[in-house]
Amino acid sequence: MKHVVVIGGGVAGMQCASELARQGVAATILEKESDLGGKVRNWHKLFPTFTPAEELLSALRLRIAEQPHIKVMTGCEAENISPRKVVLKSGEEIECDAVVIATGYTLFDARIKEEYGYGIYDNVITSADLEQMFNRGEVFLTHGGKPRRIAILHCVGSRDEKVCQRHCSKVCCVTGVKQAIELKQMFPDADVFNFYMDIRMFGPGYEEMYREAQQKYNVHFVRGRISEVSPTIDNRLQLKAEDTLTGRPLKMGVDMLVLLIGMKANDMNAELESQSNLRLQPSGFMQPRDSFLGNTESQIGGIFYAGTVTSPKNARESLNEAVAAARSAVAWLNNK
Amino acid sequence: MINFGFSISKPRAIDIDRNNLRKSNEIMREMPELQACIGCGTCTATCTAGNLTEFNFRKVHTLVRRGEYQGAYEEMNKCMLCGKCRLLCPRGINTRGVVMLIKRKLGDF
Repeated sequence: MKHVVVIGGGVAGMQCASELARQGVAATILEKESDLGGKVRNWHKLFPTFTPAEELLSALRLRIAEQPHIKVMTGCEAENISPRKVVLKSGEEIECDAVVIATGYTLFDARIKEEYGYGIYDNVITSADLEQMFNRGEVFLTHGGKPRRIAILHCVGSRDEKVCQRHCSKVCCVTGVKQAIELKQMFPDADVFNFYMDIRMFGPGYEEMYREAQQKYNVHFVRGRISEVSPTIDNRLQLKAEDTLTGRPLKMGVDMLVLLIGMKANDMNAELESQSNLRLQPSGFMQPRDSFLGNTESQIGGIFYAGTVTSPKNARESLNEAVAAARSAVAWLNNK
Repeated sequence: MINFGFSISKPRAIDIDRNNLRKSNEIMREMPELQACIGCGTCTATCTAGNLTEFNFRKVHTLVRRGEYQGAYEEMNKCMLCGKCRLLCPRGINTRGVVMLIKRKLGDF
């Protein structure tokens, strides 16, 4: 039986392994955390259907459990990757016939955008923090109490060359609208303002969700990027932006600011480039062999890509790509 | 006091905390479809009045929504109610209705 190592046990890695097994190929998933699930594990609900993230994960876990030829190794990191052998940080070597890299992305560190005060002022949180709060079922201000006015800022660590992140992270707009709706459901009396540069609603159901946020939930959208945040004497947050649609500067006090942090390429990608002769894009994400016909393949035969290792993607795209990567790997193994 | 010929300009910023949003909220309650505006500017691009005067429908209604009522009534008076904007609005907003509503609500501003 052929054997493929899948590096990364997020949704892409899990889906890829289950598809490989379904095609009669043994798969080993290497996950550096103690559990499978990757970033989705920390998410509460998925846009645009508000599907609980746990629902997706348990379905994927079930698919893996059903397949006897999938081996899951948690708490281990790959050190060196080649098509026939993966060396772990522990020194252990795993022989294989092909490798799928599904190592995902890193969340942008909001502290780098110091002007927004993340980690400095109370009640400045990231979209990832908010998902954790939703998971715990409690959204409170730092010193207790409910927020009456909330601002959500798009493009934090995306489309911003000042922090070397020129790319669009693609999913934050949709997340921002989703979270605005969830906050309005939780606090119907609160005012929610989304500050955006562009609203990018690229997928099915997204534009509809945006319109629902506007009309059903009365979420306010202001086209303008917040330039700075400062604390007020009554422990609120003062925002400054330009309301570009009226051409006037705008300021307001809010109780809570949510920063929609973007997807950053993993630092590890640069190591992959130097070690394994794989190619990087200027954004730091891995460069597939061909953007149209070889999206799941690398420059090296026998090394494949699945999910956000090559660019920001939503869960659905990552899941689809994982199937495509598994099938490319199987086709490659059969032709060898 | 001696007048040196200098003065301090009033702040230009829209101050959401100070603005009274009561009228704005009333307008949005009566015409909720205006919430769906995406600021594309199609209304302003096709506007008959806007071609002849400085009238900018998108800007005026956005200002009103932020609680900036000063001059909105006079601005809306420039509208000829031709309705071309309503034919073109991608969000299906009754823009002519918005003009009439703002004029009705803000007549005393």
